[in-house]
Amino acid sequence: MTLVRLAWHFFILSFVAFGAATSILPEIHRVLVESMHALSESEFSGLFAMSQAAPGTNVMFVTVLGWQVAGLAGALTTTAAFLIPTGLIALAVERYGARHHQARWHVAIRQSLVPITIGLLISTGCLLGAVTLTPCGLGLVLVTTLVLLRTSWSPLWLTALGAALGALGLV
Amino acid sequence: MTEHAPTPLPGPASPRGASAAPRVPAWRLARAFALVGLCAFGGVMPWVYRTVVEKERWLGKAEFSELWSLGLILPGATSTNIAGMLGHRLGGPRGAAAAVGGLLAPPFVIVIAMALLYQRFGDVPAVHGMVRGVTAVAAGLVLATAAKLATGQRHKLGIAVFGGAAFLGVTVLRWPLFAVVGALIPISLATHWRLLR
Repeated sequence: MTLVRLAWHFFILSFVAFGAATSILPEIHRVLVESMHALSESEFSGLFAMSQAAPGTNVMFVTVLGWQVAGLAGALTTTAAFLIPTGLIALAVERYGARHHQARWHVAIRQSLVPITIGLLISTGCLLGAVTLTPCGLGLVLVTTLVLLRTSWSPLWLTALGAALGALGLV
Repeated sequence: MTEHAPTPLPGPASPRGASAAPRVPAWRLARAFALVGLCAFGGVMPWVYRTVVEKERWLGKAEFSELWSLGLILPGATSTNIAGMLGHRLGGPRGAAAAVGGLLAPPFVIVIAMALLYQRFGDVPAVHGMVRGVTAVAAGLVLATAAKLATGQRHKLGIAVFGGAAFLGVTVLRWPLFAVVGALIPISLATHWRLLR
C-alpha cells in the first residue's frame, strides 16, 4: 500500500518538475512529512542534504527518500516512478519533436514554464534554509548563493565548508 | 533491435539529420555515463559536456546546448532526460537505456550506502551539525540556480508575477503544488504567447 502511494505521488510529481527536479521538494515534504507522516522533519531535510552531497544527478533525493520510507523496494519504486514516464516523453520528443524547436508554441511553452520553476525553486530554498534559522546558518545560505553566482567554484567546496562549520557546531 | 555496425545513414534517431550523429555501442555509452555519475559532484551538466563534446566528440557544441535547453523544459529530471535523448540519438533504444542506467547505477548504490551511515550515526552531534551545514549550502545552491535561470529569461516582469505567485501559493499559503501550478500554467502560457507577437 505504501509502495503504491509512493509510486503514485512521485509519478504525478514528475510531471510538474520543469527545469529542476528540486523545485518539487516542498510538495514532497507536504506529502511525506505532513500527510503520510512517513518521515520526521529532520530526517527529511537531513536526507535531502545528504543526497545533494553525493556524486551524480541531483534527483537521487527521490531515491533516498523512497529508501527511508520503504527500504530497497521503496527506493526502486520512487526512482522508477519519477524517471521512467517522463523519460519516455523525452524520448518521444527527441524522436518526433526536435524540428519544432523554433515554432511559436514551442517557444511560448518554454518561456512560460521558467518563471513558475523559479518561484518553486525559491520555495525549495526557503524550506531548506529554515533548517538553520541562526545568524550563522542564514549567513552560510547567503554566502553560498553569492559565491555560486559570482564565481565558477564547484559547489563541492562549499558543501565541504558547510559540513566542516556544522561539525564544529557553528551553524 | 539495434545493430552495432556503424550505419552511414542518420536514421530516425536524429530527426534533424543535419549533422549525422555517430553510432555508439551501448556499452560505451553505459561506461561514459557511469563515469559521469561517479565524478559529478554538484551538477551533472559540466561533466556530461566534457565527456560528450570535448572527450568523445559525439556531439558539437551547438547541438549539445540545444539538446540541453530542450531537456530543461521537459518535465522530470533534466540529467536523465538528456542522457536518454542522447543515448537514443547515438545508439537507439538500447543506447538510451544504457546511458540512463549508467548515469544512475553508481549514485544509486552510493546514496543508499550514505543513507545507511546517516541512519546509524545521524544522532551524533557532530554528524547532525554537519548535515545542518550541508543543508544550508544546499539551500544556497537552489537559490543560486533560481537566480541563474532568471538571468537567462527575456521577460523579467513575468518572473516577478508568475514566480512570485508560485512562491506565495506554495510557501506562504501552503496550497498543494498541483493547484498552484495548474492555475498558473495556463495564465503564464497565454501571457507569453501574446508577448511573442
